[in-house]
Amino acid sequence: MKTNDIIRNGMWDQNVVFAQILGMCPTMALTSSATNGLGMGLATTAVLLVSNMAVSSVRKVVTEQVRIPVFIIIIAAIVTLVDMSLNAWMHDLHKVLGLYIPLIVANCAILGRAEAFACKNTVVDSGIDGLFMGLGFTCALTSIGIVREIIGSGTLFSQASLLLGPHFAFLETRVIPNYGGTLMMILPPGGFLTLGLLLAVRKRIEMRRKVHGAVTANAQPSHCGA
Amino acid sequence: MNMATLREGISYQGVLLAAFSMLTAASLVFGNAVTASASSAAEENDLKLSLTQVLPAGFSDNDLLKDVVVIKDDKLGDVEVHRAAKNGVVKGATFETASSGYAGPIKILVGISSDGVVQGVRVLKHAETPGLGDKIEEAKTSWIHSFEGKALTNTRWLVKKDGGDFDQFAGATITPRAVVKAVKEALEFHQAHHDAIYSK
Repeated sequence: MKTNDIIRNGMWDQNVVFAQILGMCPTMALTSSATNGLGMGLATTAVLLVSNMAVSSVRKVVTEQVRIPVFIIIIAAIVTLVDMSLNAWMHDLHKVLGLYIPLIVANCAILGRAEAFACKNTVVDSGIDGLFMGLGFTCALTSIGIVREIIGSGTLFSQASLLLGPHFAFLETRVIPNYGGTLMMILPPGGFLTLGLLLAVRKRIEMRRKVHGAVTANAQPSHCGA
Repeated sequence: MNMATLREGISYQGVLLAAFSMLTAASLVFGNAVTASASSAAEENDLKLSLTQVLPAGFSDNDLLKDVVVIKDDKLGDVEVHRAAKNGVVKGATFETASSGYAGPIKILVGISSDGVVQGVRVLKHAETPGLGDKIEEAKTSWIHSFEGKALTNTRWLVKKDGGDFDQFAGATITPRAVVKAVKEALEFHQAHHDAIYSK
């Protein structure tokens, strides 16, 4: 598979959130602010990158019958290691994201990539796929977070310095001054509304592209066992 | 037996699963060993930081983490009281307590001086509604500072809606009510066990 295609798949054509509609739990729970979305996205990207490469490197040893439990143990171990190292060395960030890190195990996007890509591609390709699937996920979460945060609390990237370090304090902006906030956008319904809205925007762009004849094959991933 | 038939056998699958379990378990043991000291140091630092936050600057000069007395209480159970001392004289106490809010328990840390006046309160952990109940956090509003200087005798320990001295939030009464109750209980605990805390 060409590297360009892998990147394109991850960022747009098979974007975890907007095309595959996977990983809805973190998508709803962690996008009440742009910073939270970004943090969760980056943590997921790290796990995806490592898990894809790990799964790919053992793909010739693992048989079809036991692949799911093996993949799950690998993913769970990686997530636990990420959790432990964040707690030890990036403690402030862990205080913000700590509650949600163990949930990455249950993000089916990660097992999905192991199944759909890593178990039949080389380690390097799988690494690239993991990285860009993760970045696509990060972009999706951050954009949902941006919409919800602006409408919900009138701020943008609040507490970004906690996530990225004090150098990024300039990102923290108050978009709408003296704004009481719209609670519904912060609560779960806001997540669904925003996701629906952005899905519609994506659909519209896709339809435009179809009209212009520049459509690419959007094949659904076939699975190892299938 | 060739490799292909071996791979289909139940023993290959079993050994494979066992091998992966052991491998991942070993990696976790390794990860834990590497991070253990750094994470316990970070957590200790957290506690220390929050312990000093509920006391005014310069209130004490001892190591709050080390000076601990455990006191049994009928209502609060076993409470770990960190004593704050200056020049060897115990001047105050900080401890954790909790009460149930709108969505699960709200854990708070209270600092009280020996004359029964609240020096500071911080919310350690809660699951209240974002945007409504989370105004009890110091990072969000200054509400939590309204407890400072209050004692059992000079204050009506209720929210304003119930005829007390503490503001509630628009749309969230249960949360501040729970915090007020927790702080009041902390003061009552402090009064009831005054001798136990300060005698040693």
